[in-house]
Amino acid sequence: MNILVCVKRVPDTETRVRIAEDGQSIDPSGVKYVVSPYDEFAVEAALRTKEALGEGEVAVVSLGGEDSQETLRSGLAMGADRGVLLKGEVTMDGLATAKTLAAHVEEEGPDLVLLGVKAVDDDQQQVGPMLATLLGRPCVTGVAEFEMKDGTAVCRREVEGGVEVVEVDLPAVITVTKGPFEPRYASLKGIMAAKRKPLDTKEVEVPASSLEVKALEPPPEKAEGRIVGEGPDAVPELVRLLREEAKVL
Amino acid sequence: MSQILAVGEQRDGVVRGATREVVSAAASTASELGGDAHALLLGGAGMGEAAQELGRFGAAVVKVAEHEALSGYQGEGYARVLAEQIRSGGYAAVFFPGTIQGKDLAPRVAALLDVPLAQEATEISVRDGGLEIVRPIYAGKAFARVRIDAAPVLVSLRPNVFPAEERDGAGTVEAVAVEVDSSGWKARTVEFQAQGGDIPDVAEAAVVVSGGRGLKDPEHWGILEELREAIGSQAGLGASRAVVDAGWRPHAEQVGQTGKTVAPKLYFAVGISGAIQHLAGMRTAGTIVAVNRDPDAPIFKVADYGVVGDLFEVVPRLTQEIRALKSEG
Ligand SMILES: Cc1cc2nc3c(=O)[nH]c(=O)nc-3n(C[C@H](O)[C@H](O)[C@H](O)COP(=O)(O)OP(=O)(O)OC[C@H]3O[C@@H](n4cnc5c(N)ncnc54)[C@H](O)[C@@H]3O)c2cc1C
Ligand SMILES: Nc1ncnc2c1ncn2[C@@H]1O[C@H](COP(=O)(O)O)[C@@H](O)[C@H]1O
Repeated sequence: MNILVCVKRVPDTETRVRIAEDGQSIDPSGVKYVVSPYDEFAVEAALRTKEALGEGEVAVVSLGGEDSQETLRSGLAMGADRGVLLKGEVTMDGLATAKTLAAHVEEEGPDLVLLGVKAVDDDQQQVGPMLATLLGRPCVTGVAEFEMKDGTAVCRREVEGGVEVVEVDLPAVITVTKGPFEPRYASLKGIMAAKRKPLDTKEVEVPASSLEVKALEPPPEKAEGRIVGEGPDAVPELVRLLREEAKVL
Repeated sequence: MSQILAVGEQRDGVVRGATREVVSAAASTASELGGDAHALLLGGAGMGEAAQELGRFGAAVVKVAEHEALSGYQGEGYARVLAEQIRSGGYAAVFFPGTIQGKDLAPRVAALLDVPLAQEATEISVRDGGLEIVRPIYAGKAFARVRIDAAPVLVSLRPNVFPAEERDGAGTVEAVAVEVDSSGWKARTVEFQAQGGDIPDVAEAAVVVSGGRGLKDPEHWGILEELREAIGSQAGLGASRAVVDAGWRPHAEQVGQTGKTVAPKLYFAVGISGAIQHLAGMRTAGTIVAVNRDPDAPIFKVADYGVVGDLFEVVPRLTQEIRALKSEG
């Protein structure tokens, strides 16, 4: 079984986001970039699936600039077999990204495509189901865990108020959320091996978009919080404030 | 032609999630554009009452598409029916609830209609005859102001952010006939395992009581449970990743970058230090209360009200005071 995992390069979640002078992007200086955390869960899920089946291939693909090679190498170091860089422009329009990824999926024809439930930079949470729809494939989103059974993936999906068990026939698209499996650390041996694994680069044309980012803004200034007091004696005053000032009780 | 369609969400005929907010927002935005709001409910049967309710929240017309095959949510099937209704209705914009279901459905519809989508808007305004949308990025560390020059403009709305306002007058309810061919569906929901009983999900709750490693032991969750009960049925439980990873609480309750994003009116962070990944999931809450014995804990930087102290003393007292308040009426 061939699995393709889509991975995106994003700023580390610890990053302090500063808006650049053009007011339309973030200032990249001092920013450390990582594989988007949910994409790491997706790589882990792909590797576990391959291990459980005892056959198949795991490939990682990323749309981005030259820098995204580093992201792909992280996937290879975890254990993926090969990587493909689709060299092209990344925008906030997930549909443009999905179209570009769809063209690649049609070329390779993997049985299963895994994505993160969302990329933690733009938080658009859309590329997976868009990609599936463009391909005419079924899609299950927000899957914490899945297992292969005779060409069907049995997925556990977290929804409001419970867990849904969804069966989906392959070929399919699954978006992965945090589940019970921690993504493995790349061992030194893995990192060395990754250097010798195939990593192809393909120039792509990302379709034009009608979604325009006019400006990035810092979060609205929040009034300085207030320490109401210490210990249980502060509670009556807290309750008074919640009721009379914040009007939430 | 400035009609806006609000996509409703229901389960067993009961309106769910952010639907009322979405209908209200559609009504006020449409009136600025000189049009009105329609709402659409998809489902099996028995949605009459839900439909009337959406009329009261500002939908001039509530369309109800009932079909046996639509009785449970199925992304592929719902998206097709919806795309068809949007095409024939000629809407200027379509608003979705930013719930798990809404955020699964909206991208599929966007792909079918070949238009972009802005997820989890926190502000929508009319500017130069078009819509300008503000949405959080980098987990709320910044906001993007975007414009979509396409028809229709597709947006999902972050729950608990837009006001739900009941209005005078009722909308007309209209049944629409839909054709659904479920034979080609390749994804099937085979089981639903309810969790948390009647407690609202952390992502939907109007009040969230969240606990972290400061509680020291899963056995101690009883004190948060009591606080939640004292507040009432609109309150849910949340947790930090540290306690989810430790297996004390289910992942469904995790708030933060790799958990759920919540924006309740009131959020209690109890024994939670306030790591940046936790703040990512709750910083847009209306009012934040922190209880922590470390006065330098970062959670106090985002909290509106903080109490420095031992949570095992503070929380039971808080529960007691709130109970007293409620019994006064
Ligand atoms: C990629 C990535 C993603 C992550 N995603 C998330 C996420 O989604 N959600 C999340 O929450 N975290 C996330 N984290 C983890 C995050 O960095 C923190 O480790 C975690 O939030 C800490 O949980 P905590 O506040 O419960 O524990 P701690 O940091 O240990 O804090 C416990 C707090 O309790 C207080 N305390 C102790 N005893 C008492 C007492 N008796 N009374 C009052 N106060 C007391 C202490 O002063 C302390 O402030 C993520 C990390 C990474 C790297
Ligand atoms: N530029 C990209 N390259 C590869 N995969 C991507 C890219 N952008 C998004 N994805 C995938 O789509 C998922 C959801 O992204 P988003 O819809 O942008 O939140 C991510 O977790 C990735 O798996």
